[in-house]
Amino acid sequence: MAVAPPRRTSDSRFGALVKTRLVQIIPPLAWGALFLLAWERLVIWRNIKPFLLPAPSAIWQQVLKNRDQILQTSKATGSNALSGLLIGAVLAVLVAFAAQRFRVVGGLLAPIAAAVNTMPIVALGPVFYNLFGSTSDTARRVVVALVAFFPIFVNTLKGLTQVEPVHEELMRSYAASGSKFLRLVRLPNALPFLLTGLRIGASLSVIAAVVVEYFGGLQNGLGNRVSSAVTSSANARAWAYICGACLLGLIFYVSALILERVAMPWQAKRKASQSA
Amino acid sequence: MSNESAASSVTVTGVSKVFNSGKSNQVDALLDVSLVVKPGEFVSLIGPSGCGKSTLLRLIADLTQPSNGVITINGKPAKQARLDQDYGMAFQQAGLFDWRKVARNVELPLELRGWNKAKRQARSMEMLELVKLPDFADHYPWELSGGMQQRVAIARALAIDPPLLLMDEPFGALDEMTREHMQAELTRICGATGKTVIFVTHSIPEAVYLSDRVVVMSPRPGKIVNIVDVNLGDRTGHETRELSEFFTKVIEVREALRGIELGHAHGVDER
Repeated sequence: MAVAPPRRTSDSRFGALVKTRLVQIIPPLAWGALFLLAWERLVIWRNIKPFLLPAPSAIWQQVLKNRDQILQTSKATGSNALSGLLIGAVLAVLVAFAAQRFRVVGGLLAPIAAAVNTMPIVALGPVFYNLFGSTSDTARRVVVALVAFFPIFVNTLKGLTQVEPVHEELMRSYAASGSKFLRLVRLPNALPFLLTGLRIGASLSVIAAVVVEYFGGLQNGLGNRVSSAVTSSANARAWAYICGACLLGLIFYVSALILERVAMPWQAKRKASQSA
Repeated sequence: MSNESAASSVTVTGVSKVFNSGKSNQVDALLDVSLVVKPGEFVSLIGPSGCGKSTLLRLIADLTQPSNGVITINGKPAKQARLDQDYGMAFQQAGLFDWRKVARNVELPLELRGWNKAKRQARSMEMLELVKLPDFADHYPWELSGGMQQRVAIARALAIDPPLLLMDEPFGALDEMTREHMQAELTRICGATGKTVIFVTHSIPEAVYLSDRVVVMSPRPGKIVNIVDVNLGDRTGHETRELSEFFTKVIEVREALRGIELGHAHGVDER
């Protein structure tokens, strides 16, 4: 338990912050660069065929060449991931509320959720294409929503039910009504859990949105381009679209991270002081 | 003095509390306990672990209900007193809310009473000055040490200026210096506002220093075995803890507790 740090001048604080960030950022960047360099040299020295493993430089050329296509397909896949994530998140929060409020619902749903959570939901893709039609995005969005639902549901329910006993007694001693307890204690208590679930769900939603495209349906997404490039042995191009998928995943993850910081200022400050 | 500051009386009549009644792990936490606390009186409950002192406090606060007997606060049933928010309570754990800054934590009970923002802020600042933490109003609880958090919790309990204070080992986590300081502050506040206080503690000197009466309790089943009257009078000076009268009362309480210990092998913190 730390006592508040002494106040420093804003200049030295800024300097310290920049220094901290540099120390955090440089090692992974250096390792990343080293890895790409080793990859490049390995492909050249061992004369590895491009259809086995293309060199980073070849992949980069494909990225530049297909820039517009990558952007366009990223948008299609990204919008599926985003809408699926939002639908899944809203449902998950609503169901978590119901499960917390009504014991029967919770007792019924929690084990089912745990069981379904272990299933590879993306595998339902082909079945859903038949069910919802393969010429629309519906099947994909349903898969993403299902994938995102579970981590958000499980975490939110945990946050809603894990109220500290001393907080419960305190609010009882204030004769606080149920709705005030919900607003002042239960909801803020659940927020960190919900946002952790959302962060996990955000990463999973991009993975699900890309992978479900491998099974067919509309030919407008990143996953479609990857599978068609691989089919025609255009390995470097497949990698270029995979780069797009990585970037999309990163955008989702970082957005969720920023949301966590913005929505929970008390946690953001704490994390900043711990990493410093 | 405002109406709220008028002291309360607490009457406990023939109260028993049984946990897990009828089962093999049945516990008689309290058996036929009666106690009258007069308006403006400071009463400490002391005794070994399991003597039911915290249970008795929680019964008075209506956080749990007696198996038998009646508890009234100013003639009102305990439940009505809780609903009317006739008391302020401080717990062993600070129980601050992570997501509220220190000042907003102190404001919480005022918020629940519908005070407006300006009035709330003024009062919470006043309370934080009382516990000597005005510089930390804008900090989050995690930035404070355990002792500082506890002081915020006490500021929160005092914020509504309750006529009755129920305190469950609130200074247990504090270091000795802070503890003595908080004891002196509590004595000063209660002396000034004439509050009734029921205070659960493990510490004999603390009980003697703070109280008009020290209620000594014994476990299994929890009951009152002795009540020691203390009359130290004005305790605003530093020398109270060095008075021979202080030591006489400490010894008296210790003897009463030792009587219990002959029957039960349980330690009491003799700090």
